[in-house]
Amino acid sequence: MQSPRTTRRIKVLVAKVGLDGHDRGAKVIARALRDAGFEVVYTGLRQTIDQVVAAAIQEDVDIIGINQHEGSHFHIARKLLQKLEESGAGDIPVVMGGSIPLVDVEPLRAMGVKEVFLPGTPIAEIVKRLEEIASERKHLAPRAKG
Amino acid sequence: MSDPSVLIERAKAGDKRALGRLLTLLEELNADNAWILERLSSEGGRAHVVGITGMPGAGKSTLISRLVRAFRDMSYKVAVISIDPTSPISSGSIMGDRLRMQEHATDPGVFIRSVTNRGILGGVSLAALAMIEAFDVMGYDKIIVETVGVGQSETDIMNVADTIVVLTMPGAGDDVQALKAGVFEIGDVYVVNKSDRPDAAKTYEYMLFVAEKEALGRGGSWRPAVVKTSAALGLGIRELAETINRHFSYVLESGEKERRLIARRTHLVRLVAARLLLQSLSEVMEGERERVGKVVRDMRGFYDEAMRIVRLTGKRLVE
Ligand SMILES: Nc1nc2c(ncn2[C@@H]2O[C@H](COP(=O)(O)OP(=O)(O)O)[C@@H](O)[C@H]2O)c(=O)[nH]1
Ligand SMILES: [Mg+2]
Repeated sequence: MQSPRTTRRIKVLVAKVGLDGHDRGAKVIARALRDAGFEVVYTGLRQTIDQVVAAAIQEDVDIIGINQHEGSHFHIARKLLQKLEESGAGDIPVVMGGSIPLVDVEPLRAMGVKEVFLPGTPIAEIVKRLEEIASERKHLAPRAKG
Repeated sequence: MSDPSVLIERAKAGDKRALGRLLTLLEELNADNAWILERLSSEGGRAHVVGITGMPGAGKSTLISRLVRAFRDMSYKVAVISIDPTSPISSGSIMGDRLRMQEHATDPGVFIRSVTNRGILGGVSLAALAMIEAFDVMGYDKIIVETVGVGQSETDIMNVADTIVVLTMPGAGDDVQALKAGVFEIGDVYVVNKSDRPDAAKTYEYMLFVAEKEALGRGGSWRPAVVKTSAALGLGIRELAETINRHFSYVLESGEKERRLIARRTHLVRLVAARLLLQSLSEVMEGERERVGKVVRDMRGFYDEAMRIVRLTGKRLVE
């Protein structure tokens, strides 16, 4: 008997870290990703790094997306990547968006942030890039065996 | 970290990353990895599964977050499975329940997992049922399952939980629709949430009446309880947690636990079978599309055509 193939959707955590008080941008992104067929776990505002990492691990997401509007993206990226590593989840790719200036993109990448989306990036492009990132990762994903 | 046996061992030792990965494997349950669930279930059957159902907006997620705190104060380990209702096969979903429970995210004794209802029947997906088995073995004492009670799904939760908590709120409880939908026939515990609102007293009176009436038609000595809460203000939570525990004692002492476990696992098997059938059916329909297209032009012989499809589906499954 053949077994049905269940194609798992790409699961993304959308989070905002720190005191930054509005989440319009994060909600817009969450909705757009849902419409593109993603499973979006939305954790809301004012998350700590520890909360983001705990949620990513429990939900076993394929990608963590951080939406950031205050100027602390370096600090957040460094702490987040470090905490992920410590928690045995260093393989979960992190992407960032919000209002990050162009000059900061390369340094963030060098730190290990998988992708940075500049303000005004078309949603279709974000979707395409996330799909690429997720599929790269699926090669590494554990396969069940009998 | 790819061998499921290793994941199981690590998860048992409290490694949440391993448990998270394991749950994903169970989400993708198939003939090749069914052994994982077999292995887990052979050790399970101990945990208390609490189903929480009610209309969207009744306050389920907010209340669950409060309940988690209450159960933690009683030193239980708590898992929450939140089933996202709004995901038709063709599109994605936003899982927002977690947002209301994030304060517990970093508590070592709490594990929260969202799943979409890609299941075909009812509100509780196959994935959720498989996850219950895993949490059970991993030592979670209370496994809380959040489902939206609409249509068929609230009868579905009957097959899943040891204790069924039905949530209502002022203005909704005395609704004829809810009565018709049968939500008020399945609860072990009824909760009137948002009791901070002025019209709550009336709804509470009504729910007492419903519970009273309903107790008559039931076997067993458990009388459905009615509890007033305000998840927003944190009122009535302790009483609710204690009532839920009292029901579990009843379930254990009456031998009901065994029966409910069998019902839950039977439902799991049913969902696996349903998925296989539907999978086969879609494949056959795809292959026969042209022929069916011709038949339906004048609908002559459509019923026989449907029967032919059924036979092909069966044949395909057996092959
Ligand atoms: N006034 C009042 N509002 C509540 C209470 N519990 C939940 N809410 C609000 O009701 C809305 C829906 O809550 P949620 O927990 O998401 O409901 P769910 O859809 O049943 O999970 C939110 O805005 C909550 O803040 C309560 O006890 N009193
Ligand atoms: Mg909810």
